[in-house]
Amino acid sequence: MSSVSRLQMVRAVCAKDLRIEQRSKVLTSQIMPFALVTLVLFAFALDGDAILERTAPGLVWLAMLFSSMIIVQRSFAVETADGALDALRVAGADMSAVFWGKWFALIVQLVILEVVLIVGAIVMYGIDLRISGLVLLVTSSISATCGLSAVSTIYAGLASGVRGRESLLPLLVLPVASPVLIGATRAAEAAFGAGGTVVSEGWPWLGLLSVFAVVFSFGGSLAFGPLIDD
Amino acid sequence: MTLDPPSTASTTSRRGTATAATRVLGVLTIVMIGWLGVFGLLLSPADRDQGDAVRIMYVHVPSVWLAYLAFIVTALASAVHLFGKSHSMQADRVAGASAEIGVVFMAVTLVTGMLWGRITWGVYWQWDARLTTTALLFISYIGYLAVRGLEGSRSQRARRSAIVGLLAVLEVPLVHWSVRLWRSLHQEATVLGTDLDVSLDGLMLFSLFVGVVAFTLLFLWLLLHRSRVLTMIDLSAETGLDAALAQRRAEGGVTA
Amino acid sequence: MTDAGFILGSYAITFGSILIFAWRTIRSGKSLSDGMSDEEKPWL
Repeated sequence: MSSVSRLQMVRAVCAKDLRIEQRSKVLTSQIMPFALVTLVLFAFALDGDAILERTAPGLVWLAMLFSSMIIVQRSFAVETADGALDALRVAGADMSAVFWGKWFALIVQLVILEVVLIVGAIVMYGIDLRISGLVLLVTSSISATCGLSAVSTIYAGLASGVRGRESLLPLLVLPVASPVLIGATRAAEAAFGAGGTVVSEGWPWLGLLSVFAVVFSFGGSLAFGPLIDD
Repeated sequence: MTLDPPSTASTTSRRGTATAATRVLGVLTIVMIGWLGVFGLLLSPADRDQGDAVRIMYVHVPSVWLAYLAFIVTALASAVHLFGKSHSMQADRVAGASAEIGVVFMAVTLVTGMLWGRITWGVYWQWDARLTTTALLFISYIGYLAVRGLEGSRSQRARRSAIVGLLAVLEVPLVHWSVRLWRSLHQEATVLGTDLDVSLDGLMLFSLFVGVVAFTLLFLWLLLHRSRVLTMIDLSAETGLDAALAQRRAEGGVTA
Repeated sequence: MTDAGFILGSYAITFGSILIFAWRTIRSGKSLSDGMSDEEKPWL
């Protein structure tokens, strides 16, 4: 195992996760429809064009949060099903590399989901994408996703495996991920101009999201080994 | 020479988790809490703006203090367990006991905060930075306790919850930052003075001080007793296991 | 005292919670310690 560099390990784990998704198509066939259905359900629940347009960024990110729970649980269910993580650990693999690999694979899937949700919101909620807000939207969404992926991967590592533990995942992740929800939503609002916000109001949120992403990504890579060591 | 029958545990042991130290601590705590009641409800003056409602502060603020103290202790004990060479199980039990105490006082903080808010703001809840952060922290530590309750060996429990405990502390400044920034967008926050901050005169400050000291002593007392209870739970699980193994061996006809 | 209900209620909830937690802890301590001798208790 020592001949495999950490970077190779990261790429291998990430490629494996993405390949599994590519073959099973769970993201596209199950989770995207689920996320789009939640957008529709929000419309039923909130019942009003103006309020939907005003809250669109928040609804998008709520849908993202809930969908990410499903995606990450699946990514770990696959591991525990054939004891893949255990095998890696026994073989002396660097667990932080495994973390980074899964983290990155989750980011890829979440970004794809985000694009679909934002397009859905533009279509269904009538928000306008401004060119001036595009950079803010892209940067804030990506840093939010990095942070969300880190938090989800850490706690999913803890919650996966034994039956009955998975239900713990949302309870653990959602409070910790609340800064992501706040930051991503406020930045997206500024980018879209919802409620009369200006793009420049969004940049402080990008700062918050970046710090969050860095703290939990590096924290997660350190915590992952001891967590998986079951 | 007298032949004593084999002593059973209950005849030679002291009942409970008390020691001389905890008895002294307990008496001090009761006295201080008594003072808190007297000062808070009777001796301290009503506030110029809030009137008697400010008296809730004398239990609300010490509760917040205790809750945050408890979580810091949980984080420190978690770090001691995780990074210490011996991976001390005692540290794990202190972390768990402290978190239980913290959760109770977070709940008390939220409830007293709501009652205080009802009188001063007219509403039970405000999305201000401190209340919101406290609410999220409360839920986070309920999650911590849930992780401690997962099945597995004691060392697994210790390791998992140590990590969750440390990550939860990491989350506090980030949550506080984001909620503060969020609330600063809404002008109403400053008009209502949501921080429940009061200009404190000497006697009020002293009453608050009494409360903080009382609750700190209380925390120590509760922590000592509760972590000893957790120790006994762990030990009896161990001896239960030993007894079960011994029984299995006996059943299998294996001689000791 | 104005709003006495809320104020006294807060004190009652605070001290009540303390009492309940303390009582349950002490009681667990007593019943668990019945199964153990003094030597087994690490804090003694």
